[in-house]
Amino acid sequence: MSDALLETRNLVIKFGGVTAADNVSLKIHEGRNLAIIGPNGAGKTTFLNICTGWLKPSQGQVLFEGRDITPLPPRKIVDRGVARAFQIPQLFTEHTALENLLIAVSARDKLRNTVMDMHAIPERDEMLHLLDMVGCADVADTLVVELSEGQRKLIDIAVALALKPKLLLMDEPTSGVASSEKLKIMDILIGALKEAQVTSVFVEHDMGIVENYADEVAVWNSGDVQLRGTPAEILEHPDVIRDVIGEVA
Amino acid sequence: MSMSTNKSKSAATTPEPGKGHFVMKSPLSLLWVVGIVAVMAVPIAAPSLKLLFTFAMAKGLGVLGVTVLLRAGQVSFGHALYFGIAAYAGAFLMAAMPSTDFLIVLVAGVIGATLAGLFVGLFVVRYRGIFFGMLNLAFSMIFWSILEKFYHYTGGADGIRLERPTVFGSAMNHTDFGLVLYYMLVALMIGLGWYTIRWFNSPVGQLFQTIKTNETRLEYLGISPKRALLSGYLLSAALCGVGGVMMGMAQGVVTPEYVWWVRSAEMVFIAVLGGAGSVQGAFLGALIYEAVRTYASVYAGDVWQMILGGFLLVIILFAPGGLIGILQSLFKRSNDKTGGGT
Repeated sequence: MSDALLETRNLVIKFGGVTAADNVSLKIHEGRNLAIIGPNGAGKTTFLNICTGWLKPSQGQVLFEGRDITPLPPRKIVDRGVARAFQIPQLFTEHTALENLLIAVSARDKLRNTVMDMHAIPERDEMLHLLDMVGCADVADTLVVELSEGQRKLIDIAVALALKPKLLLMDEPTSGVASSEKLKIMDILIGALKEAQVTSVFVEHDMGIVENYADEVAVWNSGDVQLRGTPAEILEHPDVIRDVIGEVA
Repeated sequence: MSMSTNKSKSAATTPEPGKGHFVMKSPLSLLWVVGIVAVMAVPIAAPSLKLLFTFAMAKGLGVLGVTVLLRAGQVSFGHALYFGIAAYAGAFLMAAMPSTDFLIVLVAGVIGATLAGLFVGLFVVRYRGIFFGMLNLAFSMIFWSILEKFYHYTGGADGIRLERPTVFGSAMNHTDFGLVLYYMLVALMIGLGWYTIRWFNSPVGQLFQTIKTNETRLEYLGISPKRALLSGYLLSAALCGVGGVMMGMAQGVVTPEYVWWVRSAEMVFIAVLGGAGSVQGAFLGALIYEAVRTYASVYAGDVWQMILGGFLLVIILFAPGGLIGILQSLFKRSNDKTGGGT
């Protein structure tokens, strides 16, 4: 057993000659927002893919609430309480923003009804509230393909939150969002996570966001965690300034 | 689908979601009511058209099955399999137990088609697109060759007779039984058409339709895309089964022709003609198809396929919404508020 919500032990995965996960061991503690930073190709997204069962490591284990979830497919891991938002929003493009959330909640509650209109499910108000929480209430009835990239990212995160996860993994939640909007979106998001008591991990390239919103930071490089600490410690670290901040500045 | 958009718009602006969707208020809905009344009047008003409408409704139920899959972006080129299995199930039942009630024959046919759908479905839901379509075709052709080769059981290419079942215990003459089948088909068309529309808009049906747009997200919602597809596949097989066993009873003979791949392609053809993904389109398409086939083969000899082919070409190029799409755009002008996909 471990005291961490999610724990990885010695994860290894290789793509051809590239080692995308090189003995990754990491603990993610409940109630914290962990930011993952690092240069492109360091294996950050691969880490999220392994944690959610999309990729299977050649070695190592992923434990969620102390139980081994390594062999499970993504959907089973989702059922345990791990949700994911994507770098490129993964939405149902022929549906509206609200319908995307209604579909998510239908999946969460395993609704088996084949006669009732999806818009009439009791969870609808909850989803409208969630849309409001991420600041997208006004586009509830707009097809997601007609939304801006920033709005789509928020809907993608809202879809993940609709599942009431214990842990939310987000891949660059603010990429593709106008810089003037970024802080506003993160305020909304972190507020929503606190309100729903969701632990989160987010991959981020914007150090301003990391500084303001992360409780902890893990620095990825060449497929492994190089450093871990508070934002203040990490962002001052000479290696980070050289390898990570230097690159994105 | 434009239908879901229209719905959601009305749902979000009205305080009571889910209400009023199926209230007959748009002129198009009125047209369906008039259409159904007209269909019900056919045996009295125009008895010579009775058989044509009977076949069109039975075929329309099969097309409805194909239409269900189109909603998930999947095309099956083998759904005549379920049409045929149900008809043969009915024929074998009548051969084994003469004077069985027609409702039992119907149920037996549907059970046969659904079980076959479960068996084949477990394989085909692993595939998408062209592989899905072709694998369905392969299964249907395997069944076709079984029907052809196992002559002693299936009657080979001649098929087997489907003796006239009893209706609630009493034997009926040809004409009366034809009427029973006719109104049974009207009831099935309304009931199953209604159910399918509700199913499309229900949580289960909506999850099924996301197969078309994003299976990755579906998986990350905790749903198996294969199982979601299987749910609709079973519905589609059952609907084809209803159509097939009704057709078998109407024709009184069941042949391997029921399962022949051309029949499967015909169902896809009609579904696209009527309006891909539209419930009403399945029946409207089937009616027009049967009418063109019947009359064009009388008046235009061997070129009727060419007429239908040209018609489909025009539909695909200029009216991708099919006949239903044309009707909707006609009615939209008169009533812009309720686009009324239902």
